[in-house]
Amino acid sequence: MTEISKVEIQIAEDKNKIVLQNKAKELLQNKAVDIIIGYGEGTDNTVHAVFITNPDNTSELIYDERCLQNLAVYLLKAEVRKFTKIGIIANIAVMRTILQLASENQLKEEKIVIIGITADGSLKEFSGFNELQEYIQLNNLDISKEDQEILNRLDSMTAEERWNYWTEQFSRCNKCYACRAACPLCYCNRCQVEYNQPQIITPESTTQGNFEWHFMRAMHLAGRCIECGECGRACSVNIPVHLLTFKMSQTVKNTFGITAGTDAKLGSVMSTFKPDDKENFIQ
Amino acid sequence: MSEYKPKIIAFVCTWCTYAGADLAGTSRIKYASNVRLIRAPCTGRIDFMLLIKAFTMGADGIIVSGCHPNDCHYTSGNFHARRRWIIFRDLAKFTGIDVNRVMFSWVSAAEGARWAEIVNNFTDEIKKLGPYNSFRNLSATNFIEAVV
Amino acid sequence: MDITRHLISKEKLSSLIGKCMEDGKKVYAPVKKNNLVNFAFISSFQEITNDYINTVQSAKPVLFPKAEKLMEIKMSKDNIELKSRDKNLISETIVYGSRPCDATGINILNKMFTAGITDQLFAERFAKTTLISVSCKKCDSKCFCTSMGINPGNTDGSDILLTEVENGNYLVEIMTDKGQKIISSYQSYFDKAPDINKDKYLVDVPVAFELKGFDEKIKDAFDSPIWLEQSMRCIGCGSCAYACPTCACFDIQDSFNGQEGQRKRNWDSCGFSMFTLHSSGHNPREVQSKRWRQRILHKFQYMPEQFQLFGCTGCGRCSRSCPTDMNIKEHLINLIKNI
Repeated sequence: MTEISKVEIQIAEDKNKIVLQNKAKELLQNKAVDIIIGYGEGTDNTVHAVFITNPDNTSELIYDERCLQNLAVYLLKAEVRKFTKIGIIANIAVMRTILQLASENQLKEEKIVIIGITADGSLKEFSGFNELQEYIQLNNLDISKEDQEILNRLDSMTAEERWNYWTEQFSRCNKCYACRAACPLCYCNRCQVEYNQPQIITPESTTQGNFEWHFMRAMHLAGRCIECGECGRACSVNIPVHLLTFKMSQTVKNTFGITAGTDAKLGSVMSTFKPDDKENFIQ
Repeated sequence: MSEYKPKIIAFVCTWCTYAGADLAGTSRIKYASNVRLIRAPCTGRIDFMLLIKAFTMGADGIIVSGCHPNDCHYTSGNFHARRRWIIFRDLAKFTGIDVNRVMFSWVSAAEGARWAEIVNNFTDEIKKLGPYNSFRNLSATNFIEAVV
Repeated sequence: MDITRHLISKEKLSSLIGKCMEDGKKVYAPVKKNNLVNFAFISSFQEITNDYINTVQSAKPVLFPKAEKLMEIKMSKDNIELKSRDKNLISETIVYGSRPCDATGINILNKMFTAGITDQLFAERFAKTTLISVSCKKCDSKCFCTSMGINPGNTDGSDILLTEVENGNYLVEIMTDKGQKIISSYQSYFDKAPDINKDKYLVDVPVAFELKGFDEKIKDAFDSPIWLEQSMRCIGCGSCAYACPTCACFDIQDSFNGQEGQRKRNWDSCGFSMFTLHSSGHNPREVQSKRWRQRILHKFQYMPEQFQLFGCTGCGRCSRSCPTDMNIKEHLINLIKNI
């Protein structure tokens, strides 16, 4: 890449940033929203979520390739829900989350203002969920090539090799539940691990208990995961937990033809059925 | 040396498979006694975590069985169960669980002989596979070798 | 006891650790695996890595494990049989490669687990653990040990502190009887210490804030809106508490299989939403801002009140583990400025 192109990209990025900040300021000043959730500069050249209620603070907002955290996780938090209208900077992952949450009756269309960011970094406003759906369906929703390669590699292993791989990964897990906390679809007020009469999931952080936890979480997200990968990023001991939920998404897509986060009226894959659901293993 | 006796847990629905197993009994059909039946109202009630729990607590094989599609006593419980079994099996395969040790079937209340056949066949398969030590060997809390 | 000094070469250090393992001691040291550096039990000195500023998790698990069985329980018709563990089964353990901030953390843990009533399990492990720390030549922006009153060459809490000096040699400082025992048992590995100034071999960690008086100032901040502002992006996981060398909250649970069972304790975190849930259903810390406030006040007000020390060593692990960049150093700077 030539020096000139790098400069051009930088200018385009800066221009987009100003457009974003101005839009945010406008929305807050006109009271179209009461709060904007976006990304701001964090420590050591990383970014973190920012929550802006004052139009003068919109200069904190940025958007670039570092902005990967799925901000939609904040939409269901008590501290954010109390605002009447919430604006959110939305990349594809956030958009899909919003549609999936809407299809699970967790979000009302009137409450959210979606400040979309397209693949080339420019702003796109959406008037509602229908427009969002149309936009999403034009996009490639495949998981990254790297993740697909790892999935393929795991699929080509023997069962015993896969068992060894996953039990080795799970031995490091501390049950910090960062994967659960970072996932916008894990919004249960009381998670299954937090019940102890009966205790279905062993609470302690042993390989056995960790296996039970991750298995259960993947099952509960089947058909609901929108493949943002936040769970894997949040893990402080580098366990690729996102691969489990990605695998479930692929199973659901291949078997039931459903892709999560593409339709605000999708309904729930795992609590519905078709009388002619196909399988080849039931005797 | 005594022959290996596998431990098989069968989660069955009350209205079809349990009744079928009962019929096998009243018809005096002999079948492998390694299986322990756990009765649920419907296969729709059977949580996949029960299967994992059965493995961690020492089961070598698991059978899950209920009413044929369209015959569910609660109309659609088995349809919901079927969807769950499909994804459970894929996730189990993906994490390296030996899915040959988990068998799903539709067995009606009239199929006593078939139930006996299914159990006998499955028991033979588990005997060939041997004890399922993978889960039991996972570290659980110990006194001194506490998990660091 | 007074600090005594020796010198050891890298080769002799490797042999020393090897000899300790041969003599039945277990060694818990930093190992690089899966793209991160964490403590693990090793079987050879070569497994130990130097490629770290600080490990992801502290050495805390060797004294306070993330899951620990407290007792075994057997119930019968007219009797309940309890079986505690045999403390003779705990091995002599050497923790190698902890940093001065880790050592201070262990000091703090020890104070908490022996205040009032001694926690037997912790005390048993602590009695059999020797800390050989290594001082710091590098730091990153998340380190703030000097703001917490310690420094990269601090000796408190370690039994032995190694500082790499010239020619791959290490200055050996011995602070305790436990440390002295290693020297006496393996005297041939050590040489006489040269007369050198340790400080020039340590990294300089810039002081980020003035800690003095913070525990007093913070007493007035209970109702401040700053807690909500700071904690908006916190998602309420337990990463910070689990990585922290001084966090010691735990949850006790019983689990039974028929008539036999066990009582266990597992790590817990005040950041979890159900940490303070009462059986009545009331939760005094039902929002994340209250839980964030609790974390800071516990470490910076309540612990100074109870134990005359801060519950933080400035190791920065919480900030590094946090998925949402809740950088405690930045938050403390912000607090000191605004309350």
